[in-house]
Amino acid sequence: MLRWLQNNLPRIVLAPSLVAVAVFVYGFIIWTAYVSMTSSKLLPRYDFAGLLQYEKLWSMPRWYVALENLFVFSGLFIFFCMALGLLLAIMLDQRIRLEGALRTIYLYPMALSFVVTGTAWKWILNPGLGVEKMVRDLGFESFEFNWLVDPDMAIYTIVIAGVWQSSGFVMAMFLAGLRSIDSEIIKAAHMDGASLPRIYLGIIIPSMSPVFFSTFVVLGHLAIKSFDLIVVLTGGGPGYATDMPATFMYAMAFQRGRIGISAASATIMLMTVMAVVVPYLYSELRKKDND
Amino acid sequence: MTVGRWLLFIVLGIFVAYFLTPLYVMVITSLKSLDDIRMGGMMSLPTEITFDPWIKAWNSACVGIQCEGLNGYFWNSVKIAVPAVLISTILGALNGYVLTKWRFRGADIVFALMLFGCFIPFQVVLMPMARMLGFLGVAGTIPGLVLVHVVYGIGFATLFFRNYYVTIPDELVKAATIDGAGFFTIFWRIMLPLSVPIIVVTVIWQFTQIWNDFLFGVSFSAGGGQPITVALNNIVNSSTGVKEYNLDMAAAMIVGLPTFLVYVFAGRYFIRGLTAGSVKG
Repeated sequence: MLRWLQNNLPRIVLAPSLVAVAVFVYGFIIWTAYVSMTSSKLLPRYDFAGLLQYEKLWSMPRWYVALENLFVFSGLFIFFCMALGLLLAIMLDQRIRLEGALRTIYLYPMALSFVVTGTAWKWILNPGLGVEKMVRDLGFESFEFNWLVDPDMAIYTIVIAGVWQSSGFVMAMFLAGLRSIDSEIIKAAHMDGASLPRIYLGIIIPSMSPVFFSTFVVLGHLAIKSFDLIVVLTGGGPGYATDMPATFMYAMAFQRGRIGISAASATIMLMTVMAVVVPYLYSELRKKDND
Repeated sequence: MTVGRWLLFIVLGIFVAYFLTPLYVMVITSLKSLDDIRMGGMMSLPTEITFDPWIKAWNSACVGIQCEGLNGYFWNSVKIAVPAVLISTILGALNGYVLTKWRFRGADIVFALMLFGCFIPFQVVLMPMARMLGFLGVAGTIPGLVLVHVVYGIGFATLFFRNYYVTIPDELVKAATIDGAGFFTIFWRIMLPLSVPIIVVTVIWQFTQIWNDFLFGVSFSAGGGQPITVALNNIVNSSTGVKEYNLDMAAAMIVGLPTFLVYVFAGRYFIRGLTAGSVKG
């Protein structure tokens, strides 16, 4: 008995975590996927109703708004974060004396909760006393900037705050990528008379494609999960104009009491994330085996 | 200096302003009276500095119908974060140790399964988790939230320690085994003393994640047991009374201060966690 215990000690130590993950991740995923195929409304019912909830979900205008917002938001969010992050990383890579300090400044929003930064941006963007008033006080009396309360524009305020929060992170990723490039190649290109922009466009950026890929995955993942920022900044409003799948799911589950639809939307979110993350994890784990 | 160099510094400077302006606006707004806010511009310095918004945010701001300020919620977040960080870090260290130095058939699959857990959108576990917490009798309580954060923190903690322990030579463990050292002796005497940097990275990462969490907090807490991020949202998005922006800003800064300080004093480790958490391998 004691011998058995000793031989299996590593597995016994691992067991609690494994059981926790099995139940709280995989068990729960199965529960949600199953409930999405029942007729559950306010309380879960364990019957089988096929794709009823998915049909209901795809007939809700609010779900389409949420999906459209997700596309608009993640497209702009990923694009601007990448562009700003790459620009900052390349600039910091030019042997700047203050690099450490600048990096600290560019990255600090990442340490803060989205609830905190959302509160700050809510104040800055509020039409009454924020940016709008500031520009009017400068003499542009007819200046208007009321995106926060404009149903068509409110989604862009979330982009503004999201990009501000996350572009420093992209910079850190790209900077790490730039630093890992063999400096001999760059020196050689320099000797051949290649200009700095050509070196970046022709050699450095193409060789960073793995970094681009992982940054893209992380940003896409952040975008699909975005919840805090929307709740704080717009509350999903005006109306449900800035709803996204994460807030939609939460509203259906905890406010509207429509568990089946909520489970269906959560399952769709999971499948979307899996479509991006599984190939990524697979390639990362494979890569390590080959090293 | 060349023209290009000047241009570079100007652009870098513009970005410094871009990132610091919201912080500047927060600080000065939190030190203004409401009249001052209405009269002056968003960027103008306070005519008279007042700490009343900070005192009110801490002692007497209204969160829902209770007007006792943020201080109770601050301690809630401490009571959630400290045990959750400690437990998930210890489990992560043990898991990483087993998965690298006591490998068994299927260890890689176990690791992949845990890793995947880091990436799921948590919406997919919210409803069953709410039921599970009710079933365990900890719904709406602080121990309930500790459990949630531990369970979903194990993945990242394991990832950090595993990738770190892979770089420690196996010979070290083999030599100790030949000398008769057991599983825990090796962990305690050999692995842990070498683990200080990765412990710091993991603790900082987990603390930042848990302190900043909003989704679990808003889903699984009730009444006076809410974490501070949820309390902040309730203050900011309350629909009653005059909008007190100075109070909102002071409250937001109180919520942001702990993770901000961690970042300022241990930013190096924070960045390591950030990049390690995304570039796996």
